[in-house]
Order: sequence, then structure tokens, then C-alpha cells
Amino acid sequence: MLKRILLIVSMVLLALILLPLLEGLGEQTHVSSLAEYYLSSGADDLNSPNLVTSVVVTYRGLDTLGEVTVLFAAAAGIMLAFKGLKMDEKEREKTQGPSELLASGASLLFPILFIFGIYIFTHGHLSPGGGFQGGVVIASAALLLLLSGVIPGVSHLMTSLLEALAGASYVAIGLLGLYLAAGFLDPRFLPRGEWSGIFSAGAIPVIYSLVGIKVGSELSAVLNAMISKGGEK
Amino acid sequence: MIYIVAVLGIVIAVSAVFALYTGKILSAIIASGAVSLVASLIYILAGAPDVAMTEASIGSALTTVVFLIAWRRISRIVATSTEKEDKNA
Repeated sequence: MLKRILLIVSMVLLALILLPLLEGLGEQTHVSSLAEYYLSSGADDLNSPNLVTSVVVTYRGLDTLGEVTVLFAAAAGIMLAFKGLKMDEKEREKTQGPSELLASGASLLFPILFIFGIYIFTHGHLSPGGGFQGGVVIASAALLLLLSGVIPGVSHLMTSLLEALAGASYVAIGLLGLYLAAGFLDPRFLPRGEWSGIFSAGAIPVIYSLVGIKVGSELSAVLNAMISKGGEK
Repeated sequence: MIYIVAVLGIVIAVSAVFALYTGKILSAIIASGAVSLVASLIYILAGAPDVAMTEASIGSALTTVVFLIAWRRISRIVATSTEKEDKNA
């Protein structure tokens, strides 16, 4: 009874705290001064048609580095938790191989999904999407192969190597920006390139590709740890 | 536009409450995936395709799959441990 009363009281308090947010609802007619700056000079500064990417990779680049770090910590935690949960022999024998249809379908779809993921993160500065989205698409391509049983598992050496290299290069590019351009993660030390060309906007496509490789290999490794039949010891 | 968003918001609320109160774990996982999918539709309508892509790929695809895999493995572990207990008894 007391628990229920406390629950209701805390919910009412929470509603009171959140109530002022309702006043701000509705169509916004003006943007804040910082957003005004991004909107007016973001395209000139970085030569990237997708302003969202400019903000995510450059203006708020440090936050993106933090996000990548958080994802890394989460992936490491999941893999640590699943390390002791290998299926025993009896369980492994029960699972059958994939049917012909499933195997062919997954093998057919895998390269398409993989290339689509690469397309998303290499075109992050031109069209919607970027490193995180492309990485997740690549991980779901790997998931397709793992679930259908076409491959027994993703190589742990490959994913950890790719992930470590991409992460280190991301920080290295940030430091290069510190030396050659205005500050940490400033992409303007590479040529601006042609407007809306694939090699444009300085180092933004490079950074987003590295983020894509890192996220893709990390999430593939997580899914592998959860699904794989326990080949590695 | 605002009516479409309102309808989608109601769908989100209904599936979220359904996920809370349905007894079946499988239905709850699917319903919480549906919440993300409808939310990504709202983001597209509001002109935020970048966020919509993230929500659709991470929120509705990857999270649902991870939940399903975790649920399957947990139910297997529970099944084998009860089997062992039965043998011991």
C-alpha cells in the first residue's frame, strides 16, 4: 500500500516537473543564435551539403568521439558478460544447419547490404545517414549470415583489429586537425573539394568512414558473441 | 500534418502500454520495436531523416534482435537448469 502511494506521489511530482515543457510545444518560428551560426556559415565553412553531418562530425565532434567511446564500453561489457555463456555440446548438436533457401537468400543479400552500409557512411556528408547508421547496416548484414548459419562466426581477431585501428585513426585525425587546422577534430586540413563531390568537405568523409568501420565491427562482434555456437574458447 | 503526428503518437503510446502489460515476452519485444519504428516515421515527417535512420536501424532493428537473442538464450539456460534439477530430484 505504502509502495503504491509512493509510486503515485513520485509520478505526480514527475508530471509537475515535466509540465513546463508543454508550453514550448508547437511550431518553432526562430532558432537559437548558435543554430543561426551553423545555418548561415556551416555550408561555407566546411563545404558539406548535409548540415547535420557538419554539426555531428565537426562542431560537436568531441561529443561524437564520446558517443563512440560509450558504444565501445557497452560492447566490451556485453562481450564480457557473454564470454562465460557458451552453449554446451548437447545444445550445439541440437541446432541444425541452414535450409537451402535460407542459406542462398542470406548469401545473396549479404553483399548488397554490406555495400549499402559502406555507401551510407561514405556519403554521410552528402545525404542523410553517416557512420553510426552505416555501421548498424553492416552489422545487420553480418547478423543475417550468423542467424542463417551460413558462417559459424565472425573472426574475433578481424573485428577487434578493425575496431582498434579505426578508433586509433579517428583520434589521430582529430590530432592532425589540431596541428594542421584550427582545432581538435577540425576537418579542414584536407582540401575542400568540389561542392557535393564524394571527395569533398575536408576530412569529414574520412572521419565518418572510420566511425562506420568501428561501429560496424563492434556491433558485429557483439552479435557474434551472442549468437555464435561457441567455437572459440 | 499535426493530426498525422497525433495519430502516430497515440500508436506509440498504445504499443508502449501494450508492451508493459502483455504477459508474453515475445509480444512485448515486438511492441517495443514497433514504438521505435513509428517514432522514426514521426522524425521523417518532422524533416529529420538522419535521426529517423538511426532510430529505425538501431531502435527498431538491432535492439529488437538483441532482445530476441538474449531472450532465447535465457529461456534455454532456464530450460536446461530445470532439466538438471528434475534429474537430481
